[in-house]
Amino acid sequence: MQTYAFDISHLLAGSLVLVSFMMIYQDRLYALLNTFALQAVLLAAAVAWQAFIQGASHLYASAAIALVFKAIIVPWALHRLVQRLGIQREVETVAGVVPTMLAGMGLVALSILLMLELTTTTESALAREDLAFALSVILLGMLMMVTRRNAVSQVVGFMSLENGLILAAAGAEGMPFVVEISVAFSVLIAMIVIGVFLFRIRERFDSVDIEAMEQYRGERRS
Amino acid sequence: MILAAVACVGLLFALSLAAALSPGVARASFLVYGASAALCIALGIVGFVSLAFPVGSAEMTLPIGLPWLGTHLRIDALAALFLLLLGTGGAAASVYAIGYGRHEAEPQRTLPFYPGFLGAMAVVLIADDAFTFLLSWEVMSLLSWALVLTHHRGEDARRASYIYLMMAGCGTMALLLAFGLMAGAEGGYGFAAIRANGHSPALAAAVLALMLLGTGSKAGLMPVHVWLPVAHPAAPSHVSALMSGVMTKVAVYGFVRVAFDLLGPLPWWISPVVIVAGAGTAVMGILFAILDTDSKRVLAWSTIENVGVIFAALGLALAFRASGMPGLAALAMTAALVHAMNHMLFKSLLFMVAGAVLVATGKRELDALGGLIHRMPVTAVLALIGVTAIAALPPLNGFVSEWLLFQSVLQSPQLPQPGLQFLVPAAGGILALTAALAAAAFVRFYGVIFLGRPREDAAANAVEADRWLLGAMAGLAILCVLAGVLPGFLIDLVGPAVEIATGAQIAPQGGNAWLTLVPLPEVKSSYSGFLVMIFVAISGGGTAWIVHRVASRGLRRGPAWDCGFPNAEPNTQYGAGSFAQPIRRAFGPVFAARETVVMPPPGDLSPARHEVETADLSWRHLYEPILGAVDAVTTRANDMQFLTIRRYLSLVFGTLILLLVGLAIWN
Repeated sequence: MQTYAFDISHLLAGSLVLVSFMMIYQDRLYALLNTFALQAVLLAAAVAWQAFIQGASHLYASAAIALVFKAIIVPWALHRLVQRLGIQREVETVAGVVPTMLAGMGLVALSILLMLELTTTTESALAREDLAFALSVILLGMLMMVTRRNAVSQVVGFMSLENGLILAAAGAEGMPFVVEISVAFSVLIAMIVIGVFLFRIRERFDSVDIEAMEQYRGERRS
Repeated sequence: MILAAVACVGLLFALSLAAALSPGVARASFLVYGASAALCIALGIVGFVSLAFPVGSAEMTLPIGLPWLGTHLRIDALAALFLLLLGTGGAAASVYAIGYGRHEAEPQRTLPFYPGFLGAMAVVLIADDAFTFLLSWEVMSLLSWALVLTHHRGEDARRASYIYLMMAGCGTMALLLAFGLMAGAEGGYGFAAIRANGHSPALAAAVLALMLLGTGSKAGLMPVHVWLPVAHPAAPSHVSALMSGVMTKVAVYGFVRVAFDLLGPLPWWISPVVIVAGAGTAVMGILFAILDTDSKRVLAWSTIENVGVIFAALGLALAFRASGMPGLAALAMTAALVHAMNHMLFKSLLFMVAGAVLVATGKRELDALGGLIHRMPVTAVLALIGVTAIAALPPLNGFVSEWLLFQSVLQSPQLPQPGLQFLVPAAGGILALTAALAAAAFVRFYGVIFLGRPREDAAANAVEADRWLLGAMAGLAILCVLAGVLPGFLIDLVGPAVEIATGAQIAPQGGNAWLTLVPLPEVKSSYSGFLVMIFVAISGGGTAWIVHRVASRGLRRGPAWDCGFPNAEPNTQYGAGSFAQPIRRAFGPVFAARETVVMPPPGDLSPARHEVETADLSWRHLYEPILGAVDAVTTRANDMQFLTIRRYLSLVFGTLILLLVGLAIWN
């Protein structure tokens, strides 16, 4: 049972990282949203597995929240958003796919190195590996926010970053449920706010490419 | 005694508040300055009694300030000595201000800050924890800044106060760091806790460097002196006297308290830094004093010189103490403390003289004055006492402290370190040069202002100062003479303070025959101001008597010698620039002096012009690069205000990665 517990949570957390990599090279918005939904499903599974092996029933609720909000509602809302905005499907990346992937691998190596270095062996191997994967997901989410020009894909990057946080929280035993709930809701509200802003930006500038806003900043020094 | 001191300080602050809340009260100036003078006298008495006959509790903790610390106050001999100094200088300046304040256009810009400034200085002296010390230090800086801004309509005063504010801020920053280092990780900010901490040599060196910057910037140590020659003269004259005479001594007190009392034993290699800084400051200060053409700025530069002398003596004391020679350390320390006291006396007196001349003529430029000995005879006599004292001529007090300093310099061959054996005599040579140049500077100061013929109408129509001004100046002049003729009593008074700093005292001097000073009985060098005065009195009086008796009874007035030209203009007299010229030529590179002669082309009737430019090189080589660097960095950083969201995110991301990588490598 112990070996299964470790192997399966390892598998689920590892596949979250893998999906993060998949998100980095998606160059169409719909595909990106689908990949994000896949990551959320995997997150829900990982959290549910943690609930099972830790025997913590409140984590089932976390898993359910992740499944409902992040795998269904958020991708669906973003789909609607992209449709209504009628923005081009192509995602403009700043750097090419290969350098970005290489950078992502560097980040994963860094986070594994750090976590195995910093956490002591007294903690369970499970928690240590979980934390390393969670940090990788967070860093990859940030990398995505940095390398995308389109505002929608930045939102997706932000959400994926938050997936990493949930993963870390689930791995660390004894995280209060209230904190988790409030994090989930704040992310939801952030998405709503960002969505509203996207519409406003589009109305104003006819584009959601954030580089386009640059020329409207009046006080810019030449 | 501490209770009396706290009561005086509280009343001084209350006086500030009252002056601020009741503008336009008739005779407000008289009331505020009169009360300040009374409270200063009380503070001086507290200091004197604590020093000479210590009775009663000297410690006190007030439940205000930081919650876990409170406000610790204590008067030991060192604090008492400087309280006496503050009381004397403050009382004289306040009495002077009663008369001087009547000539102020806007008394309301001075009155609310003046008593508080005195009170803040007193709190710095009696503070017994770092928080109280720093807080009152900052209050002292801010109130004196407000006083410098009194004549805020002048561009010069505004610039001076701005520079002062910057320098004071940096100085307090250095002090904050120094006390933080001394308090250590546990944060024991009480002086008793700091004293109990052991300090490693590296830490002590860092603290001492920060203290040199922090207290040095307040006292006027080069190269952090730049605010002093502009800010001290910009204030009203009684405030200038306080800032130069007393506030610089409060800074010296801060340095002595930390370097000699709080830090404990220090390694010897720290002392050369202090000696070199002091001696260099002394000679540079007096060179600039010789060059300056503004009467109050000359005095401010001379303050820098005297602070340098004091710091050189402190450095010597550090060297002797580190080498286990407490007796010689006590001699150097006595020289430093007596010189601090003496400098307060004669520098306050001379600033008051400059103020009296300013009131009588409205002029500060030396080249506008002249011949005032006829119009202001009493002021002239008092000024003569002041310049004789500051030029370190016997039998006045300036000579006593310089003589003590040179006695300790002459003992330097006893030091075990070869480096110091070479350095200290060299520094002594520099100090001797300084003393000679100081005499030149004050011959020029006195000669151009009081002798010769008036160069402008303002000087020709001057009237004698009023009795408040004369009374304050006369009091200080009498103290100068007493301290010069009876130095033994002053030295004995300083003794307990020296004991705190160096763990030893020099032999008591008050009971010696003929009031002679014999600081080191085994060396047998001695000086008696009393005998010198008797000799000067007999020979001078005798000569005058013989001249008047034998040669002629009458006073004859003839035309000034005009080299054969009729109707010589007063401008053809030897002026301030003429006195400065030989020094300027000899030390040209020090001032980056440039002389240019502009000749009109043939046929042009305009006069030829001789122009002299001098500069303070510390501006060019220290402050301008710093200013340039700050400017460049801020200009570059300004671009960070105008990035896209993605770039900001990239910055955050990059910083995070950098920190994580750093963490990984560090582990």
